[in-house]
Amino acid sequence: MGKVIVVTSGKGGVGKTTTSAAFAAGLAMRGNKTVVIDFDVGLRNLDLVMGCERRVVFDFINVINGDANLNQALIKDKRNDNLFIFPTSQTRDKDALKREGVERVMEELKNQFDYIICDSPAGIEHGAITALYFADSAIIVTNPEVSSVRDSDRIIGILASRSRRAERNESPVDIHLLLTRYSLDRVSKGEMLTVEDVKEILSIPLLGVIPESESVLRASNTGTPVVFDGESPAGHAYLDAVARFLGEQREMRFLKPERKSLFRTLFGRA
Amino acid sequence: MAGTLVQGALFTVMVVRAAMLRDPAFEEELAKQVERSPRFFLNAPVVLDLKGSEADAFVTPEEFAEARRVLRGQTLMLVGVQNALPQQIAAAAAADLAGFAPNATQPSRRRAAEAEAEPPEPAAAPAAPPPATVAPRTRLVTQPVRSGTQIYARGGDLVVTAAVSPGAELVADGNIHVYGVLRGRALAGASGDAGARIFCSRFEAELVSIAGHYLVSEQLPPEQQGFPVQIALIDDQLTITRN
Repeated sequence: MGKVIVVTSGKGGVGKTTTSAAFAAGLAMRGNKTVVIDFDVGLRNLDLVMGCERRVVFDFINVINGDANLNQALIKDKRNDNLFIFPTSQTRDKDALKREGVERVMEELKNQFDYIICDSPAGIEHGAITALYFADSAIIVTNPEVSSVRDSDRIIGILASRSRRAERNESPVDIHLLLTRYSLDRVSKGEMLTVEDVKEILSIPLLGVIPESESVLRASNTGTPVVFDGESPAGHAYLDAVARFLGEQREMRFLKPERKSLFRTLFGRA
Repeated sequence: MAGTLVQGALFTVMVVRAAMLRDPAFEEELAKQVERSPRFFLNAPVVLDLKGSEADAFVTPEEFAEARRVLRGQTLMLVGVQNALPQQIAAAAAADLAGFAPNATQPSRRRAAEAEAEPPEPAAAPAAPPPATVAPRTRLVTQPVRSGTQIYARGGDLVVTAAVSPGAELVADGNIHVYGVLRGRALAGASGDAGARIFCSRFEAELVSIAGHYLVSEQLPPEQQGFPVQIALIDDQLTITRN
């Protein structure tokens, strides 16, 4: 039975789609059959970030409405056999997400996949609520910045009260913090909140810290999840986060400046 | 399952003495009270106490209907009678009113003989009925109160043993205690109790209010920020003291 993970934030533009793509790819690279679903009806981006925008025939809304079946809409990733993308409609809007239809689709997906990543839209309205409703786990994507932290707090409150698990009084959704666009430089200048600041305000366990990196924009533009870029620090950080999610211990990298010592430069330790 | 069909419960109900209804000044005085605390009286249940009424008073459903109309005019709801004689109970029932057992603070009707010996109630006090003693209930919240969450502890105190985020709202008719950092809003004495207080372990609130008197973050003394404090309404001024 597949596990449903929602990637949400409340705030827009903090890195949900980047994270959904990276996390799904990371899980697939570890041998898990994974699907990543775009819940941002009308403003779809996941297909672009995954590089499959030219292969979209049927979408999530088509399947909900019964115009197509699930297998006609699922797109297999060309880089990894375990990875699938379920795009959404660009022409409709979030009102098209009918709860019963979504539930039916989620049940079908849980039978076929190990992990189902739900890329949530920004906000706290119907689209975001539907994306988080079926979650078993949640990744709260937050930038080290006051508005983002406030909005993340809000969405955590909503997850605690409006998920299906909350409504049915089942064990709560497993919530994790992912700090993205972390800039060591700006933190040391006092321009950005520190990891400790954010942890103190949100009081949820930290899954990972993703450093600000130019490689993310390059990845978006080329339709490649950033974990496929072996030289990207962000990519490495995402792989660490996936490992931690799966229960492994990984030290937090990218929180301390990389001091290039003469010794290392001479003897070439990367 | 059947065992849970009928359960006992305690309710707060106002009591109006039948004699008061006959007093012309009563309606006016009641109107003034209601105006001062409209939310408290809105749709509040009322029991009519027939102790001391004449044996031939309130023996028809129409008289009860009239009493109901008068009280409804002041937003109150007549729901039953107390200390009624058998013929009064019958008429009340015909007017869809329940018969309540005499409440503990009043001597029962059957001991009318002793009651006669009591000094007469001061008739020149047509004040609105005082609320029957409220069974205080404290609401306890142990999880962090996230931004956007509103908690209302009706009729009692609110105790929170976790952090209260900015954008969260705590409201209580009684006191508010936060054993954690208070970063949101706290509104104590929400139904008008000016004696309510706010206590917190770490004061970083956005807004505090007691019985409608409020101060926003900008108006709060900066030297108290981050400390354990107690907030009280003294001489109509919100006063913040270090705990």
